[in-house]
Amino acid sequence: MSNVIVFCEHQNGNLKKGALELLSAARGSGLPVSALVIGPGANELAKQAFQFGATKAFTCESKDFAAYNSELYASVVERAIKNSGASILLASSSMLARDLFPRLAARVGGGLVSDCTELAFAGGAPRVRKPLYSGKCTAGVEFKGSGLKIILMRPNQLPVANPDSGKTGEIVPLDVAPMDLKTLVKEVVRGASEKLDLTEANIIVSGGRGLKEKENFKLLEELADVLGATVGASRAVVDSGWVPHGMQVGQTGKTVAPTLYIAVGISGAIQHLAGMTGSKVIVAINKDPEAPIFQKATYGIVGDLFEVVPVLTKEFRKVLQ
Amino acid sequence: MKIYVCIKQVPDTETKLRLKPDNSGIDDSAIKWIMNPYDEYAVEEALKIKTEIPAAVVTIVSVGPKKRVVDAIRTGLAMGADEGIVVDAPEHLDSYLTAKALAAAIKGDGAPDLVLTGKLAIDDNNAYVSQGVAEFLGVPHATVISKMSREDGRITVEREVEGGSREIIQLNGPCLIAANKGLNTPRYASLPGIMKAKKKPLKELDLAGLGINPAETRVAYKELQLPAEKPPTKMISGDVGQQSSELVRLLREDAKVL
Repeated sequence: MSNVIVFCEHQNGNLKKGALELLSAARGSGLPVSALVIGPGANELAKQAFQFGATKAFTCESKDFAAYNSELYASVVERAIKNSGASILLASSSMLARDLFPRLAARVGGGLVSDCTELAFAGGAPRVRKPLYSGKCTAGVEFKGSGLKIILMRPNQLPVANPDSGKTGEIVPLDVAPMDLKTLVKEVVRGASEKLDLTEANIIVSGGRGLKEKENFKLLEELADVLGATVGASRAVVDSGWVPHGMQVGQTGKTVAPTLYIAVGISGAIQHLAGMTGSKVIVAINKDPEAPIFQKATYGIVGDLFEVVPVLTKEFRKVLQ
Repeated sequence: MKIYVCIKQVPDTETKLRLKPDNSGIDDSAIKWIMNPYDEYAVEEALKIKTEIPAAVVTIVSVGPKKRVVDAIRTGLAMGADEGIVVDAPEHLDSYLTAKALAAAIKGDGAPDLVLTGKLAIDDNNAYVSQGVAEFLGVPHATVISKMSREDGRITVEREVEGGSREIIQLNGPCLIAANKGLNTPRYASLPGIMKAKKKPLKELDLAGLGINPAETRVAYKELQLPAEKPPTKMISGDVGQQSSELVRLLREDAKVL
């Protein structure tokens, strides 16, 4: 019988929102749902998965899994897939999942699509769409054959159902066979930012060349702090060395789809638009009324960002506090 | 030392796309094709190693319609790679079979010490093939790599992850590395390079010869759609104070995102 397994990523003792979205979608499929949680604290985190509709959780508590190692993770996830007999695997299109699941798809001979933006179930079968060609079009996905279907979804695309705190489920611990590893994770250097990554952020404030110099990103940080937003940047300012590459939105940077994207001093080159047109609401602030970003915006303000942004920050603070 | 670089040819980002009348795919009659931008970093990294180890042989491998894909391989050869392998395949072979074909072509040619790829192709943004090739070759992989160094048969790489964090990973023995932006600055093909590339060896293979059946595809794209017409942009006028309060009002009451 067909069933769904949801790979649940977590941070600071909670399942990530992307995982909750996928558990909610899986519950709507009418198929049995299991969760897969890896890393120290997995058994505790599994309880959260039960509240969102999983009836079983495969867990691996080993501290060897505190940091991501592709070889170790692949071996334990392969075991979970075999053990669950799942026909569909859902995961967020995260850095970890995008590294891990293609390898597994090849190993088990399954089909995989990543960066998906639409997911629904009809008669237990997943209906999936994803953007192609930098978002210039979207396509439906047809899985062929009877193998495992692996679907990696962009976060912030699906609603989160209400948790049911009374629900529990069965925990199935997975043991780890000793392995001769060829890959060693020597170190994980934490980024300075405690904020949500651009790919997961609900609100993004992005800056471009219009900011004139590196120091002026402070203006955007203040605005972002008021909104609880993550700060992004255009390719031009990354290439100028103002901000690190991890902040770049667009082709050769990150593809983002927040609820609200505020583009400040960004003209909107096609490479930038490729990474953010999936945003629900786009605000453009630019002094050039001809800037291409205005074509893609929901709301546009033609003006000097050095005047507009501080006033706007004050205005947001007034209504949000 | 044998280095294989897997590349893909993709439509130029600037190209305007039109769909086929039945929406089964894009109309590829008027497309300008380029080497996938991330693959350029992979080619450059191989050539950098070749500068240090002149005996290293750099082979460019690609799967796709032979007629056009050969151009991308020639670009790699013009940059300085030694040899090319093209696997003739129908348009839109899925990621699973593409990875299988690349791995089979590499296996049939020699034993790789290093395989380099781009972290993903900008056409379908699937990021599958690199890890698939590594799996089918039985070597470890590391993706989204923006720094790389070699010492005593070990490779140390830096992988960018969420929130500006970085993972430092060491790989022992033959492995596959998928390049991110920032790894290096790809060189341009020189004119003498372009002339020389025409005479460099190019091996031609096909799927049947590699034992791959296109019917075993796992994923197909269908029902392509252009984005829905966007409602016109609402431009907010007035002085800075009016613009700001109106924007905040619209975001709260109209768009309901705050």
